[in-house]
Amino acid sequence: MQKRVFQLLADNTSGVLSRISGLFSRRGYNIESITAGVTADPRFSRVTIVTYGDDEILEQIEKQVGKLVDVRNIRELKPEESVYRELALIKVKADPQQRQGIIAVADIFRANIVDVSKDSLIIELTGNQAKIEAFINLLEGYEILELARTGIAGLGRGMDNVTHLESENAVCVNA
Amino acid sequence: MIGADAIIKCLEEEGVKYVFGYPGVAICPFYNSILQSEIQTILIRTEQNAAHAASGMARITGKPGVCAVTSGPGATNVITGIATAFADSIPLVCITGQVHTELLGSDSFQEADITGAVESFVKYSYLVKNVGDIPRIFREAFHIANTGRRGPVLIDIPIDIQNAPVSRFQYPEEVSMRTYKPTVKGHAVQIKKVIKELEKAKRPIICVGGGVLLSEARDDLRGFVEKYRIPVVSTMMGISVMPTEHPLYFGMVGNHGKACANRAMNESDLLIMAGARVADRAVSQPDLITRNKVLVHIDVDPAEIGKNAGPTIPLVGDVKHIFQDFAREEFACEHEEWIRTLEEYRQTLVARRNPNPAYVDPAAFITRLSEKMTSDAVYVADVGQNQIWSCGYHIVKEGRFLTSGGMGTMGYSIPAAMGAKLADKSRQVIAVCGDGSFQMSMMELATMRQYDIPVKIIVLKNGYLGMVREYQHYTYRDNYSVVDLSGSPMLDKIAAAYDMQYQLLENMDRAEAVLDAFLKEDTSVLLECLIDPMDLVK
Repeated sequence: MQKRVFQLLADNTSGVLSRISGLFSRRGYNIESITAGVTADPRFSRVTIVTYGDDEILEQIEKQVGKLVDVRNIRELKPEESVYRELALIKVKADPQQRQGIIAVADIFRANIVDVSKDSLIIELTGNQAKIEAFINLLEGYEILELARTGIAGLGRGMDNVTHLESENAVCVNA
Repeated sequence: MIGADAIIKCLEEEGVKYVFGYPGVAICPFYNSILQSEIQTILIRTEQNAAHAASGMARITGKPGVCAVTSGPGATNVITGIATAFADSIPLVCITGQVHTELLGSDSFQEADITGAVESFVKYSYLVKNVGDIPRIFREAFHIANTGRRGPVLIDIPIDIQNAPVSRFQYPEEVSMRTYKPTVKGHAVQIKKVIKELEKAKRPIICVGGGVLLSEARDDLRGFVEKYRIPVVSTMMGISVMPTEHPLYFGMVGNHGKACANRAMNESDLLIMAGARVADRAVSQPDLITRNKVLVHIDVDPAEIGKNAGPTIPLVGDVKHIFQDFAREEFACEHEEWIRTLEEYRQTLVARRNPNPAYVDPAAFITRLSEKMTSDAVYVADVGQNQIWSCGYHIVKEGRFLTSGGMGTMGYSIPAAMGAKLADKSRQVIAVCGDGSFQMSMMELATMRQYDIPVKIIVLKNGYLGMVREYQHYTYRDNYSVVDLSGSPMLDKIAAAYDMQYQLLENMDRAEAVLDAFLKEDTSVLLECLIDPMDLVK
């Protein structure tokens, strides 16, 4: 079993995300995370899927997803050729004595404190998955009240795979 | 002009001649507008059969079959028909009425989320939200259904969209879809590789599937194998690519196939799968077809290649294009010895049956029937023991063999035969079913009467759900559970009730005379054949 990150560009039609996620569930593929959002060209959505499986399954995932009528293309985002980022919001229990300690840890990770209340803090952290996990581990001595992670979004590095869509003046990254 | 008129215009632009369906309030604007058109409507008796009939028509015309049903239960009833078409890659455009846009999602009367429900059985689906999108959506739907790997497309149209005014109608000449561009032309390098393997091969074989018929590549393939003398076997869906008695054809493979066909496939050193999925019923052990041989897999759907067996040479493209490209290559190959071996297998590996003379022997009966059928006849087999006997003993000349291969949907034969007959009234069309599958579609006898569709029906009656009984015979040592069909109607009375001709064949003694009378005129006849209840396909 290995992890793989796929990036796909899809027509921004209604139901496109359910078609993609439905394909994963009915064929028994695993999704670790899925993120989607509109691109600079509002006709398209970019979706980043983190999945795992053996080579044959990963090949099938690429082909089956690529076959969906709404999907313009799918490609693997290889770690060495790509940038991955995930955002996490972490609500930590913090009385006035604990507050400074938590802020100090957050500073090391260049996290932001986005909300402070009498007895809690919300920390915003962006980074790759390893960084977010490391940060969560460091908060072990404190009580994490709530945690929300976005799953990763990714882009390939450089100009190699950037395609300029002919008819419109938009630039989209794709395979 | 309203949306419903626009839909009808779209169907006319696509050359649609028949719409199979069942009305309800949510599709009434459509059925009102169609009265102004020359498109013929066929009121089917249950919605599932609308899709089957459209499927039978599509398989003969090569164009998408069209059905139109209402919202809610109408739409959910059609799902099995859509799934059946999807499993066999049959092009359909299925129109469903839907409740008023404002009521969508409120669980209103006869509302069902049909686009959501059919998601896993359609190639694509649309929910029309703007009346102005109708021409584009229909143009795309017909294009998607009948290009690349064929399949059903569903268009769900709320009643208010059907009634909305349309200021200007223009049917798009071209389809511009950014995201849908199937590969039809085979890769030149891969084609050369296949030719090289064919030159080297001592024991080549081509296994043809339904894709060959769907891409209308039958003549191209036949021409190629005849020129280079390459033996051919087929999957169930590939039956009728080759005439059964063609010297280069060695029958259907698979666990219900011919021993010589399976042996031919296993002993080959080069196996070319053409438009076949390598699915479990045809190839139960995919590793056997990759061992000790070069496997070439030709399919228009890249996801099928490598799904069940990893080929040596993958070749994505439409079978017709690819065999036309093959035909342009000049090469020499010689495998007469291999053909002689296969011919020997054909003569020696014959399944022996011990028919009970008190009943009709389905094997001998089907063989005799097909000998007497016209050359281009369409034989539609249902699902069950009748299907396996049909595959094994029907002799295809230049006609077609239709059946539900992938989904195995009982009740397919009668509605599909109706669609096939309407597609080409000059052809003889015969539906062969069992007494179980007949009862799943016998309401369509009314449709046949109403529109005078002269399909001939044969019911192989054994009083059991025979295929399941056979499974219980082997697996549960004759502990039969829920397979007894006692209570079935008397078919002579059913035929009389529908004012249809009826014949009975009790054993093989009168087979000649009964078959001659059965086939003589182009009218619908119900022929009941009594089969030994304990007869087995294996």
